[in-house]
Amino acid sequence: MSVTLLIEQLLNGVQLGTMLFLMASGLTLIFGVMGLINLAHGSFYMVGAYATAAITASTGSFLIGLGAGIVAAALAGALVELIVIRRLYHRPHLDQVLATFALILIFSEGTRLIFGSSPLRLSPPSWLTGFVTLPGDTRYPIYRLVLIGVGVAISIGLYLLISRTRLGMRIRAGESDREMIGALGVNISKLYTLVFALGAGLAGLAGALVGALQSVQVGMGEPVLILAFVVIVIGGIGSIKGALFGALLVGIVDTLGRVYLPIFFRAFMPPSEATGVGAALAAMLIYILMAVILAFKPKGLFAAHD
Amino acid sequence: MTNPTSSGVAEASLAPSADSHFSRKGLVQLTLLGLLLLLPVTAYFLGHIYYVNLASRITIIAMAAVGLNLAIGYGGMVSFGHAAYFGLGGYVAGISAYHAFDFTPFMTWPFSVPGSDNLLVVWLAAAVLCGLLALAIGAISLRTTGVYFIMITLAFAQMIYYFANSWPTYGGEDGLPIYLRNGLPLVDTTNTLSYFLICFAGLVLAMAITSRLMKSRFGAALTMARLNDVRLATAGISPYPIRLIAFVISAVITGLAGALYADLNGFVSPTMLSWHFSGELMVIVILGGVGRLYGPLAGAILFVMMETLLGGITQYWQLFLGLVLLGVVLFAKHGVMGWLAGRERNE
Repeated sequence: MSVTLLIEQLLNGVQLGTMLFLMASGLTLIFGVMGLINLAHGSFYMVGAYATAAITASTGSFLIGLGAGIVAAALAGALVELIVIRRLYHRPHLDQVLATFALILIFSEGTRLIFGSSPLRLSPPSWLTGFVTLPGDTRYPIYRLVLIGVGVAISIGLYLLISRTRLGMRIRAGESDREMIGALGVNISKLYTLVFALGAGLAGLAGALVGALQSVQVGMGEPVLILAFVVIVIGGIGSIKGALFGALLVGIVDTLGRVYLPIFFRAFMPPSEATGVGAALAAMLIYILMAVILAFKPKGLFAAHD
Repeated sequence: MTNPTSSGVAEASLAPSADSHFSRKGLVQLTLLGLLLLLPVTAYFLGHIYYVNLASRITIIAMAAVGLNLAIGYGGMVSFGHAAYFGLGGYVAGISAYHAFDFTPFMTWPFSVPGSDNLLVVWLAAAVLCGLLALAIGAISLRTTGVYFIMITLAFAQMIYYFANSWPTYGGEDGLPIYLRNGLPLVDTTNTLSYFLICFAGLVLAMAITSRLMKSRFGAALTMARLNDVRLATAGISPYPIRLIAFVISAVITGLAGALYADLNGFVSPTMLSWHFSGELMVIVILGGVGRLYGPLAGAILFVMMETLLGGITQYWQLFLGLVLLGVVLFAKHGVMGWLAGRERNE
């Protein structure tokens, strides 16, 4: 159990956490402002990754691809909001779940129809491959450090957007009293479309960045979506601060659990069994964490408003 | 908790024509149940085993949806994690058969538990284990309401899913085959028709239990817990235990359907636990008509037929499922039964 491994895994956890935050912040904003539970958020993650992979392949530039991915996801979000989502705001949660579940099916099968079933190739640009040496002789991939940096930058940007700008003021106003800001002359439907597109764009960014690390395939958004749900439930639905805290907590606990639980069980079990038990427990760890937190705080750690 | 239906009193009578002797609703219900029984029997004697198995599949999925309908439709608890019970029931059947086949005990400590290939034992174990799991999950989840409840039930189901995926003893993500279908004394369960009739009996029993339950004082309390839990509390009945009991019964019904499903396919895998299946079960309940006794049956028939027919034409059939579902949610709130049999009186 070396320090190097610990540092490396902590960084991996933070990296997973920042990417989860990109997903969770959109989900939690959409819930906070519009009161909508959006299962199709994982689809925007996928759209971002596919658009980035396709455009990067045709232009040769990862940055152009990334920009295209964000724009594509945001556009898809705006379109979906205009056509489907805005009919759902006043519906019960059950209807929202089913309609957005239907959207997942449509997005996934539509993507399969266009791009086929085999994964697309997307790798980080050559100027971001390679390693840096961190204090304690840890060699760490540059690309993952960049992901952490992007995550931190987006978090700060989002904070400034919400606390310092007129749009942010309207978003906050929308969270506390929808009817009132409408009465004060804010165009609510435009605001909703904008918030939805913003969330979708953030999800698309996360999909594109992670897609370059893993693989770009149909259904890639679903595991991340469920992790993001755990994040916002832990943090308190509607709270950006909760999403940030929850994302880092889930990212670090999940990553460290997968590495250290098998090692832990090897101390008093035969190695083959220890790996199985450790892996199975590690897979359940964040859900157990969520259950414990909810047992004490049913509304999450940073409940925005009841 | 939000109300999934706008109905005042949910429909709960099993007898196909309980309201009036020749009502449209009664006729539709009788036709659905009659066709589900008669078509497979006919197909069997004409030698079309495939259609009998298809009917068994519809019946089992309908039974699982009957369980979920008790939670969503009658109890207003939008569970997005019923695949957990379906899968657990399936794994009980699979694991029990695995140990019976191997003559190895399932566990030796603190007491020895052997495997069994007797369906009665399998069903009992599946019911008890699903009930206990639902008791634990429900006890935590029901402390929350609304969106939290939806996401938490989903997250717990995912926990079980990932556990099954990464636990190597019973096949992990590859799943576990059941080499010989679990049996019953005096009945040849490997016979396609016999097995269909067992499934059919299971479905009818599940619907009868739901119907009886909803006509009882308990059902009235559950309906009130859905519509207005403050008023229920004012009447001196605490909503939490009522909901929890309904949630557990709902999970047991879905779990038993899962056990039947594993034995039908001779195979159990984490797919049965996946959130996609939870979603599909919800879709079936909604397609059929939420909070209606025959809704799950109508929904399951429609869903499996779409899957079979569209799936035969195009591999992208789920695209069409998505479009149909979107249309139903946005424009046809009362499902197939609402369309076929008319709205409920109090809707």
